Amino acid sequence: MACFIVPVTEAVITTIAGKALESKEKEVQEADVQQSTTEVKIPFTRKLKWLTNLLWGGSVLLAFEHFWHGEIVPFFPFLTAMNNPADTAEMLHEMALVGGTMAVWITVIWVGIVVAADHIVKRPAIEAAELKEV
Amino acid sequence: MTLLTCIFAAIISTILWYRGAPKNEMKLHILCYLYWGASLMWMVDAVFEYLEAGAEFFAPAPLDMLNDFFLGLAVVALGLIIWLVILLIKDPKGVVKASLNKKK
Repeated sequence: MACFIVPVTEAVITTIAGKALESKEKEVQEADVQQSTTEVKIPFTRKLKWLTNLLWGGSVLLAFEHFWHGEIVPFFPFLTAMNNPADTAEMLHEMALVGGTMAVWITVIWVGIVVAADHIVKRPAIEAAELKEV
Repeated sequence: MTLLTCIFAAIISTILWYRGAPKNEMKLHILCYLYWGASLMWMVDAVFEYLEAGAEFFAPAPLDMLNDFFLGLAVVALGLIIWLVILLIKDPKGVVKASLNKKK
């Protein structure tokens, strides 16, 4: 009915958070350059962007699916379920259950991607360390 | 069927992105985000449908399958249009700019 609204909300939050963190991260990076830190690290804002992109990308196509099924209309109140209270209650229930699960699922997958990415970035260093041990 | 169509689109775009990486001149990561994002969300939808319908979920009526496939194709087309618009606006190869700057 309108389950994609929950991931959209998360996408808005991560977009704002990403913008806010970007300037702070730049300051830290500049300080790191001055101290000549050589450790390879993926900035958190870059990782957050992956989540934001996944959420926006999925939400856009899901919104289209809802439009296809006539659940979204291009005029007020935009959601057909808003036309009567019974449908509205059902919509809110679906948003909480399905939409909430979607948002959590995407976030879980993103955590997995972040862990994998960190591991991949560190891989050459690990291999070098292993070679030294041998 | 919509989920399956989208997953295949996601897999194909990921393979194409990997082939072109790390250059990524065609901005194929946009397609990956679009299709994977939607696939992951529809996966959740499918799980809830399965919990509701049980084994019937795996035996949809042919007409429903056709309708869902039609929707899946429409979704893939929309994803491609979004990607194409972003690609032409960002113009990473400078092709659009070059052709606009051309005098004749």
